[in-house]
Amino acid sequence: MATITLKVNNKSYTVDADPKMPLLWAIRDLVGLTGTKYGCGIAQCGACTVHLAGVPVRSCSVPVSAVANKEITTIEGISSDNSHPVQQAWIQEQVPQCGYCQSGQIMAATALLKKTASPTDKDIDTAMQGHICRCGTYPRIRKAIKTASALMSQKASVK
Amino acid sequence: MFPFGLLETSNNNQMTKNITRRNFIKISGITGAALSLGVYLPANAKDAEIVNVDIAEKSGIDLNAWISIDTSGKVTIINHRSEMGQGSWQAVPQIIAEELEVDLNKVNIVFAEGNNAKYGSQITGGSSTVRGSYSKLLKLGATAREMLTEAAAKKWNVSKADCYAEDGHVIQKSTGKKFHYGELVADASKLEAPKTVRLKMPEEYKIIRKPLQRQDVPLKTNGKAIFGLDKKLPGMLFASVERNPRFWGKVKSFDDTAAKAVPGVKHVLAVKMKVFSQDREGVAVVADSTWAAMQGRKALKIVWDDSGFDHHSTDQLYGAMRKDVKSAKGNVFRTKGDFDTAYQKSTKKIEATYETPYQSHSSMEPLNCIADVKGNKCEIWGPIQAPDWVRSDIARLMELKFEDVTVNMTFLGGGFGRKAFLDYPHEAAVISKAISAPVQVIWTREDDMTQGPFRPGMVYQCKGSVSEHGGIQSFETRMAGQNMDQQGPGADKDSYNGNVVEGFPEPYFNTLPHYRFSDIPLITPVPVMWWRSVYSSTNAFAFESFLDELAIAAGKDPLEFRRNHFMDPTWSPDKIRYHELANKLEEVSGWKSRGKNAGFGVAITECFSSIVGQVVKVSKSTDGKVKIDKVWAVMDCGWFVNPDIVRAQVEGSIVMALGAAVTHETHFADGKAVEQNFNTYKMPRINDTPEIEVHIMENDEKAGGVGEPGLPPFTPALTNAIFDLTGKRIRKLPFKLEEV
Repeated sequence: MATITLKVNNKSYTVDADPKMPLLWAIRDLVGLTGTKYGCGIAQCGACTVHLAGVPVRSCSVPVSAVANKEITTIEGISSDNSHPVQQAWIQEQVPQCGYCQSGQIMAATALLKKTASPTDKDIDTAMQGHICRCGTYPRIRKAIKTASALMSQKASVK
Repeated sequence: MFPFGLLETSNNNQMTKNITRRNFIKISGITGAALSLGVYLPANAKDAEIVNVDIAEKSGIDLNAWISIDTSGKVTIINHRSEMGQGSWQAVPQIIAEELEVDLNKVNIVFAEGNNAKYGSQITGGSSTVRGSYSKLLKLGATAREMLTEAAAKKWNVSKADCYAEDGHVIQKSTGKKFHYGELVADASKLEAPKTVRLKMPEEYKIIRKPLQRQDVPLKTNGKAIFGLDKKLPGMLFASVERNPRFWGKVKSFDDTAAKAVPGVKHVLAVKMKVFSQDREGVAVVADSTWAAMQGRKALKIVWDDSGFDHHSTDQLYGAMRKDVKSAKGNVFRTKGDFDTAYQKSTKKIEATYETPYQSHSSMEPLNCIADVKGNKCEIWGPIQAPDWVRSDIARLMELKFEDVTVNMTFLGGGFGRKAFLDYPHEAAVISKAISAPVQVIWTREDDMTQGPFRPGMVYQCKGSVSEHGGIQSFETRMAGQNMDQQGPGADKDSYNGNVVEGFPEPYFNTLPHYRFSDIPLITPVPVMWWRSVYSSTNAFAFESFLDELAIAAGKDPLEFRRNHFMDPTWSPDKIRYHELANKLEEVSGWKSRGKNAGFGVAITECFSSIVGQVVKVSKSTDGKVKIDKVWAVMDCGWFVNPDIVRAQVEGSIVMALGAAVTHETHFADGKAVEQNFNTYKMPRINDTPEIEVHIMENDEKAGGVGEPGLPPFTPALTNAIFDLTGKRIRKLPFKLEEV
């Protein structure tokens, strides 16, 4: 066991954990944020995606000891009031059905739009194909990413 | 109607105490004065009556309470069905709000605890949430509105006809004076509920039929929705269970020395849970964190006892089904005319065999369940499709009184049929009882994917002939595969499986002169269970592929050929809908003007009282491989609530069907499931998903299912399209698109 400081959504948490414990379980069971989901445990489905220094990673496959003191963002850090344009687009296009994979989908989409403000269908395929949605909301995810892109450029032009 | 016969007769005898005002308040969270209405189903009555809870309490009748309005005007509805993505969270309040004349945002929804005596069957299966309860819900909203209006009229001392309800208020027509609903609930709660109320005509709807946004969606975009795995109790421990990978296998012995040495591990114990008539055996490791439980489990050394049952492989299972479908006698379910004679006499006859694979449900949220057994009481929390079944099963298996078992539903991260099964809550209760602490049992993805129950694999043999006029003369389907109702030893192999006709549009039974449907059950230890759209999900591939082959044999256009068989000499209104659906599908897909470089395929199926037609368009990429360009779907689900939810469910059904057609399959080797995770059980991804266009028929038919009926027609429409493009007929699923 080791004492590790995690910086999650701009807050510091000191946890006592097996250094090999995946970040996913540290976030869920030790920090107590449950928006990040367990889906496969082998980085195949994307449900556990968080940002590590702004880059999307699979928290099920990152040992907690490797991310001490690094900037971690979870779905709760995107915004708790759904004010982020990606969340707004997800609501506008009514993307979620069961909703279980959507935290990971939103984390991936947010990272994509930060890098590529107006993604093409191919950009969307590349960024999102690591994320499984068993309810099959893919057509709406595609639409919502384009809507979010438009919302973000509107916001930028207002500024 | 329901996938299992037993659903229709789900046990209503386990009557609990009458719902009291106190109970009602406890569930609804409402305090102070309130107008609370429930549905009362008198013995032997055809229709449910709506009754005032205050009055009903005094007379001691049993209520299934569903709605309450408090002094602030807030409306609370108790949702008796689980929310697993299909939209019951939205559909149920949308129905109530319409007749109650309130803003949907004023409606608060709480999940009911499991109790089929109160709520009727709560199984969320058979796409039955709306179609099973909408008339009651409409009446409930309208009754509350009428009572509030009557209370206002009395306060003003005017006739009720001078008053109307709108947007949470009762308004006096002549003066424009208004009462807020909250100001009226105290008076209204003293009134008898009217025996009859007028319900709106569809053209008067303001909320129903509108694509209103789902209320659960904002909870699912910021991580706030609580799924089973997110629920925590004070002092709760976490368990991971190593179960025998062979379905009927036992635990012979185990060594837990290393497991117990893992920091955080508290208990190691052998456990059993019921899977149909069998005990599924395993060893549970209980720890203070999920990770510690998983690590402890990895350190277990278990010796299994795998004697006394068959260790089947996929080849053996399909070998048996292929043999059975050709030569076994079979159990005839439905027959008309003289199939054998008509088929033998015919000059234009064909036969074909179709195969569909075993499939895992693979909801994105793996199975999990919390149980807290304290003394003679048990409380359960989890992603559960059938809380009332879980409640009565836990009571029976744990030898507890029904009223001492409480089952709480969380959001479900997908269900698709799997979470209507009772094994995982039972196992959690067994562990909690043994360790005297609340425990959450977490299934890994590998557990979820390998333990079943699975969708059964099937082999179909179809024979048929066409007449000189180009219509079907004779039609036979024989289905070999597991009968979900016949699991475990002692299954009666002589009883037919009536589900062999699921998916077949009803008019065909009138227009086909000679037909026969039969099944040959397969007995194997592999546990099987409903998988979205159940038997229709596999039957439709056989029926709709074979209809296509018959159309080609008859030299007819495949869509026209189907429509011809929807013809009914009596032209009764319930047959016209099939015809109209075919016309709509032809129109929206541009079927008649389809180009030469594309393949078009059609399929039309009926499932859970809804009819769905789909056209798939395929073409060849520049590298010569087949790609899916577009899917058009036309859904006739009769009366419906929210068109956007209907569209979303059809889109999702198509993607799920796509996976089962071209990307994944569960194999068995040496009695164990082979595919364990998404690295080998490949899911369709965003880049595999074609454009999907959904149309909804508007008519006066009764409500049909929405969550499942969009699935069955996709695969045969796809393979029919591939035939149209390439001349290659696909008769075995799954197949690889890139290898066509």
